[in-house]
Amino acid sequence: MNDLSIILSSAIRLTAPLAFAGAGEYVAERGGSLIISIEAMMISGAFFGIFGSSVFGNPAAGLVVGMVAGLVVALIHANLSYRLDANTFVVGLTLNVLALGLTSFLLETIDMTPHRAGEIKVPLVHNLPVIGDPLFVNRWTVYLLIVVVPLAWYLVQRTRWGLELRACGEDPQAADVTGIDVNLRRRQSVYLLGILAGLGGAALSVGQVGLFNQNMTAGRGFIVNAAVIFGGWRLLGTMAGCFLFGAADALRLALPAIGYTLPPQVLIAAPYVAALLALCFFAKRNTKPEALARPFVRGIT
Amino acid sequence: MTAEAPTTSEQLVAKLATASAGRGRRLLVNVALYVVCMIGALAVASVIIVVATDADPFDVFHAMYEGSLSRPSAIGLTLDRAMPILITALGGVIASRAAMINIGLEGQVIVGGLLGAVVALKLGLPVAANLPLTLVASALGGALWAGLASLLRFWRNVDVVISTLLLNFVAVEVLSFALNKSYLLQETRDNVQLLPQSDRLPSAHQLTRLGSPPGFSVSSGIFISLVLAGIVIFALGRTRWGFRLKMLGMNPNAARAAGVSMAAVGGGALVLSGALAGLAGGVIFTGTAFRIQPGFSNNNGGDGLLVALIARRNVAATIPVAFFFGAMRAGGGFLASTGVPRYLVDVVQPLLVLAALLPPAILFVWDRRKALRLAREEAAAHERPALGAAA
Repeated sequence: MNDLSIILSSAIRLTAPLAFAGAGEYVAERGGSLIISIEAMMISGAFFGIFGSSVFGNPAAGLVVGMVAGLVVALIHANLSYRLDANTFVVGLTLNVLALGLTSFLLETIDMTPHRAGEIKVPLVHNLPVIGDPLFVNRWTVYLLIVVVPLAWYLVQRTRWGLELRACGEDPQAADVTGIDVNLRRRQSVYLLGILAGLGGAALSVGQVGLFNQNMTAGRGFIVNAAVIFGGWRLLGTMAGCFLFGAADALRLALPAIGYTLPPQVLIAAPYVAALLALCFFAKRNTKPEALARPFVRGIT
Repeated sequence: MTAEAPTTSEQLVAKLATASAGRGRRLLVNVALYVVCMIGALAVASVIIVVATDADPFDVFHAMYEGSLSRPSAIGLTLDRAMPILITALGGVIASRAAMINIGLEGQVIVGGLLGAVVALKLGLPVAANLPLTLVASALGGALWAGLASLLRFWRNVDVVISTLLLNFVAVEVLSFALNKSYLLQETRDNVQLLPQSDRLPSAHQLTRLGSPPGFSVSSGIFISLVLAGIVIFALGRTRWGFRLKMLGMNPNAARAAGVSMAAVGGGALVLSGALAGLAGGVIFTGTAFRIQPGFSNNNGGDGLLVALIARRNVAATIPVAFFFGAMRAGGGFLASTGVPRYLVDVVQPLLVLAALLPPAILFVWDRRKALRLAREEAAAHERPALGAAA
């Protein structure tokens, strides 16, 4: 393995949890919901993933428990914001504090024997130079992306549900007039985000590290928000954004070992700045869902 | 079709107000809802405490009360924690008046504290000028950071929520960079292992403390925050600028037609909002922390935004809500010293916030249902197709 291959492997590992949540946030944002409780969903998924793997003695069961945990956060958020009219940012910030506090608290009070997902070596192709190790030797959780990402794309771009969801994100009034229940669609999209962000969190804890640390996700939820923005609200762009953040993180870890000195802060901040610049200079594309982060309240008549 | 049939939603809501059994009962319902929700939140917290530990929930709540409100010294600590939150929240309120959500308050607090620290520690100003200029610099720092978002908004039409969100993370890295470079802010003692933190602010340059530690003692920063609260309440409610801001928030098109400049008033509000958040960073630095460390803001911006959004319709409400958040922080600190995992306060506080969100949201839904029913009855009485029948 050469340096490039090692950095790429590390980048893929760091990208995978972001990519699951990124696919979910892409769906939610296309429906007009800017959800900042991804952090809460991911850390719940990470903790309860490990918890589940410990209870059932099986990493796959852990992933399922992690997805359920993410869904529970999503249920609270979606019903407070899109059934009642609580401000989505208030709910999001509060849930982030709650999930971080709860998982930190439970970590100190519960004993767990976690299980880690096994590694898959794809036969033959893993011997390819440079890309062999990064792409074809991974924990099996990473390969779930092959299913999740195309499914998210198909759901949003090729189904009736997806078309209706996009209508809710672009012009909720018009969607409402055609008989779409805007807030129902938004709730459903947030549930999906919850499941995928929970999976992302579990992919981090169960899939890679093999245990849970206090504040394990450390802002990855917000990185996902930034990645969707960087990607111009397109799925492929979102995945590129996730990879950009993952690669920057991998470089930060690897550069000192190779002998380069670059302030780590520059590397961490770079993707955020890149997202801002992308917004500035591709503003003409204007791919932002028109009604993003705007609540929809139906008229009385 | 008769002319007096109430058809618009405004008329319906007006009719609803007279139809429901008066203000007294509504207030009662409101209070009852809050009580039920708060008890529910404490019950959920109790269940978590009992299931996860063998501690008595009542002891936990009592310890939080003891650390925040029981003694004069505890109240002083609560006020110390509340003052930067209140200043930040005022900034949040100003931006949200103009229908902009400034999620970047945290970043603005950080840059404000950073710039304040540079002025206080590196310029060697005379003692009399040091403190005021430190606070001015921190306000400028916050204004600069919010100004970036404002610039992006009015130059390239970048959404404020998104740009301020992203700038938060850039601010964290700028701070971290400055604290790791000895030519910027890193402490300058040479006989110990250098930590990523600034020098300590000499006591001559700190905000004065009133009272002495065993008894009641509070930083004079609390007066800065209360005076600012008074000014903001007055400015938003009683001045032409406040009216323009409100107009811009409620209907930007009407505001533009009436000659309110979006960039000047809206962008100005965002910059002012950042200036207040930056000042909060300066007050943390000169009032309680005395040293800039990577986590010196400790999510003050996040709490300030929460306070602002909870109190959005009523600026004066920021004062009690900020006090509540301050009490939670003070109580949480005390709780940690009693041996209970300190993270428990991060469970109890958000549960209480969620509980506080519920009553207005529930009332909103009830009112809508009532109004809809009334509209249908009204329509039936006038033998017209029922309003909302298609729903």
